[in-house]
Amino acid sequence: MNTILQPNPIQLSAVALDKTYRKGPEEVNVLKGVNMDVRKGEFLSIIGRSGSGKSTLLHLLGLLDSPDIGEIRLEGKRIDHLPARTRDQLRNRVFGFVFQFYHLLPELNVLENVLSPLMIRHSTWEYWKRRRELQDLAREMIAQVGLEHRIRHRPSQMSGGELQRAAIARSLVAEPEILLADEPTGNLDVDTGKGIIELLSRLNSERQLTIMMVTHDEAIAQRAQRIVRLNKGQIENIRERAAS
Amino acid sequence: MYKSLLCQRYLRTRFIALASIISVMLGVATMIVVNSVMSGFSSQMRDRIHGLLADVVIESHSYDGVADPELQIRIAEEVAGDYIQAVTPTVEVYGMLNFNFAGQWITKPVTIIGIEPEGKAKVGPLRSFLDSYNPVCEDKKVIRPSLRPSEEQPNWELSQDANEYRHEKIDRQKWYQEQLAALKSSEEIIPVDHQVLEPDAPLASEDPFAGSPIKTNEASSDDPYALMDGRIYVGAGLVSYPYRDPESGKMKTMMMARPGDDVKISTVTAGRPPAHAAFQATIVDVFKSGMTEYDSSLIFCNLEELQEVRGMISPATGKTAITSLHIKLKDYEQAETVVERLKAAFPPDQFVVKTWEQKQGPLLAAVEVESAILNVLLFLIIAVAGFGILAIFYMIVVEKTRDIGILKALGASSNGIMSIFLSYGLSLGVVGSGVGVILGLLFVHYINEIEDWITFLTGRKVFDETIYYFPEIPTAVHPSMVLSVALGAMLIAVLASVFPARRAAQMHPVESLRRD
Repeated sequence: MNTILQPNPIQLSAVALDKTYRKGPEEVNVLKGVNMDVRKGEFLSIIGRSGSGKSTLLHLLGLLDSPDIGEIRLEGKRIDHLPARTRDQLRNRVFGFVFQFYHLLPELNVLENVLSPLMIRHSTWEYWKRRRELQDLAREMIAQVGLEHRIRHRPSQMSGGELQRAAIARSLVAEPEILLADEPTGNLDVDTGKGIIELLSRLNSERQLTIMMVTHDEAIAQRAQRIVRLNKGQIENIRERAAS
Repeated sequence: MYKSLLCQRYLRTRFIALASIISVMLGVATMIVVNSVMSGFSSQMRDRIHGLLADVVIESHSYDGVADPELQIRIAEEVAGDYIQAVTPTVEVYGMLNFNFAGQWITKPVTIIGIEPEGKAKVGPLRSFLDSYNPVCEDKKVIRPSLRPSEEQPNWELSQDANEYRHEKIDRQKWYQEQLAALKSSEEIIPVDHQVLEPDAPLASEDPFAGSPIKTNEASSDDPYALMDGRIYVGAGLVSYPYRDPESGKMKTMMMARPGDDVKISTVTAGRPPAHAAFQATIVDVFKSGMTEYDSSLIFCNLEELQEVRGMISPATGKTAITSLHIKLKDYEQAETVVERLKAAFPPDQFVVKTWEQKQGPLLAAVEVESAILNVLLFLIIAVAGFGILAIFYMIVVEKTRDIGILKALGASSNGIMSIFLSYGLSLGVVGSGVGVILGLLFVHYINEIEDWITFLTGRKVFDETIYYFPEIPTAVHPSMVLSVALGAMLIAVLASVFPARRAAQMHPVESLRRD
């Protein structure tokens, strides 16, 4: 019996994205008509030089910013023009973010940081009712990234690798459909960075989690299934990774 | 949930916020202390004025008065009897008080109020003003116990202490007169200053009433100690003055005349045209209302004597005349109703009917205005604290820019971000106000101990009872005042955090995340 492998459906699309920033009197056209599709369960990396527009593209796709021209579509539906409250909810439920500088809240410990997307999602009363269940979920995520022993530690008491693991646990706790990682290894040493990429790859294969990772490191980018190269705000090429 | 968690963590970790809490706390505590003391003074003042007057006063326009007090009382009781607890007739007229002190005659303008002590005690707390019913305190120690039991009805008889003083004084005068007579019989003595200055002028110590008509005792002239027919309660300010004791450095009161002494009072008759009328009276008691204005101008006199001296008793019928009725109500809340009813019964061309508050309207209004202005000024202290909160919050928002970006990336709404800082402001207000209220109430509770302590430290009396007539600093804490001050401070704290909170809410997530 022949089985025809159907490609996964398109989950997120960038349609003719254009973005210009004003730096003093000067206008910088960061993205110039970028078109791109991301399939469900795909591990995609965006590579390019500094200033090529890769982080801006990630921010636009994750609804952290709005394009000047063009559209962002989630499963075929335009989402960039939705009301602010709906975009906030999409950021909370659909997207998970991992940043180069971890961006954990310094006043909260690891458990509280990981719980923060759930606290944002639920009302105080609802959170209070389900706090045991939600805390268990957060503990599970922390265990998955190997930080059980750091659960009550503050960010200031942890190493860079641990911080990034905690940030990944935070991005996963809300069970997002798409993980957007902006230079997740950019601030880590090679070995620790490798560990983080291993973790992301594992999450992608085990959970079928769609991952978009921005990096300027060719070697790390090679771990993705598809590599999008940006140059001066435009897609220079898109490469499929050769099957290993 | 994240809002309250972050708000709580910011409170615990941002010690600069403590500065805002302290400023709110001090503002609230100051307002509570000042308001309580002002309110205490004000309520004491009101009690004193109220006590000296009565709930409602019916006055005739003319000092000649109106005849037949029984009829006037009957009319008042007919129209408002259900509300009236007690009524007493009085006669009010201006006059001059004369008494001899240290060899010279002192004359003071006074308002003479003829009363029946039993009746007056029923319409106001007369006992609490009379010196003989109250102990004398100095530095919170009783230096003289009360001279009369509190059960004794106010009357026109001397206390035992005053009686002994009177006997002693008269005996001394008698002895002096005898000695003088003995000396005069041996040789003519003319005082030196009299010879030198004005040979024809009378001596300062000579009786200025000598030769002029003055009503003296009708009977009992054979008893040298007998009291005059006229009896008075004299205002403390009329017969005393404060001075600083050179030995102790403390303020003390020098009495120029005291219960048991005789004085001369001149006034006018009720007839047309008014004629001079003078009479002698014995000081039975000294009253201290604590209102300088009253204590240095009022004399309470026995009603019958004043009516007789002023010719307010009809020789034909024996009926008397009065100038006013003092009324005590069962419930002061009904005063307006009673005044309206009495106004309808007492013709306005002859009588004025007023509550004590209406009679003292300008004074009470001035106190109210003073209190309001002080409150506005004090509230500015909290407003200053509000600007402090604004500045500190603005700083915290700038410091927390990246955290705001993180929260937005995690899906927090702008309103959610705003409410973190608003609830932070509210928390500062609640904590500041709460501690301020506790501090303020403790200060008010121990204000006299604190005053003692400051006096001990500085060596200078902060609150001198001889100036204020209060043994202690009076305070009155009204829960509504405490509540409004605390709520006002909380509101200011929230308002001060609105601007920084809005700024936080409007931050762009990407720009916030890029902030170093």
